[in-house]
Amino acid sequence: MKQETYPQYAARKAKRSPLGKDCLLAFLVGGTICTLGQGLFDLYGLAGMSEENVSTLVPMTLVFLAALTTGLGWFGQLAKHAGAGTLVPITGFANAVVAPAIDNKAEGLVLGLGAQAFVIAGPVILYGTLASVIYGLVYYCLRWL
Amino acid sequence: MDLSKYLLAFLVGGMLCVIAQIFIDRTSVTPARILVTYVTSGVFLTGLGLYEPLKELAGAGATVPLTGFGYSLAKGVEKAVDERGVIGAFTGGLTATAGGIAAALCFGFLAALLFRSRQKP
Repeated sequence: MKQETYPQYAARKAKRSPLGKDCLLAFLVGGTICTLGQGLFDLYGLAGMSEENVSTLVPMTLVFLAALTTGLGWFGQLAKHAGAGTLVPITGFANAVVAPAIDNKAEGLVLGLGAQAFVIAGPVILYGTLASVIYGLVYYCLRWL
Repeated sequence: MDLSKYLLAFLVGGMLCVIAQIFIDRTSVTPARILVTYVTSGVFLTGLGLYEPLKELAGAGATVPLTGFGYSLAKGVEKAVDERGVIGAFTGGLTATAGGIAAALCFGFLAALLFRSRQKP
């Protein structure tokens, strides 16, 4: 019930507000990328892969597509209009690795390409890992209760 | 083919992007902060048991956005703690997300070798 009406409500609200165009584009592009992910999920499932492998392979495929389109310059063109629509899906994480790596390779393979690949991915991995370890410790302690 | 599954993936995935877009437009928050916030939120929402129902509902609409990356981190940690005890708290997150991270690094490296920068000097 709620999931039926809320996106429609949000889309209607978004059109009225000044940030309507940005939000609509983010919604359409982000939604399309997730739908593509769902398609890949079902496709790999039909190919007989285990759910665990599919859950790994879908993000890997989207990351590959994002890396390729970033290199070709298409991702940047789309991201200019789509904003959070390309940023929030796993494609945004891939782009955050690939784009600075390409832009800084002239500075060298180690401190140029190598270090810049982590300029945004580094914080994401750091805080993601930190959160997961904290949660893991809490989860471990709660098991004793 | 179950079309409602695709519709839900579209709607939920799109909405997660819209929330970020509102923050980007209305505050001066950087895209990097959005990514960090989404991943850590995904971990804690999963820990609170709130993200699993969303994943059941929306499938890739919940797993493809970066909150889903946090979901994978949290689920991996749960599994590893169940299997290995307290050591699992340290190994579970990165193990579960290794595929995506390694893909981003490897494909990123290859793309950086193959393509030229389009950034204006």
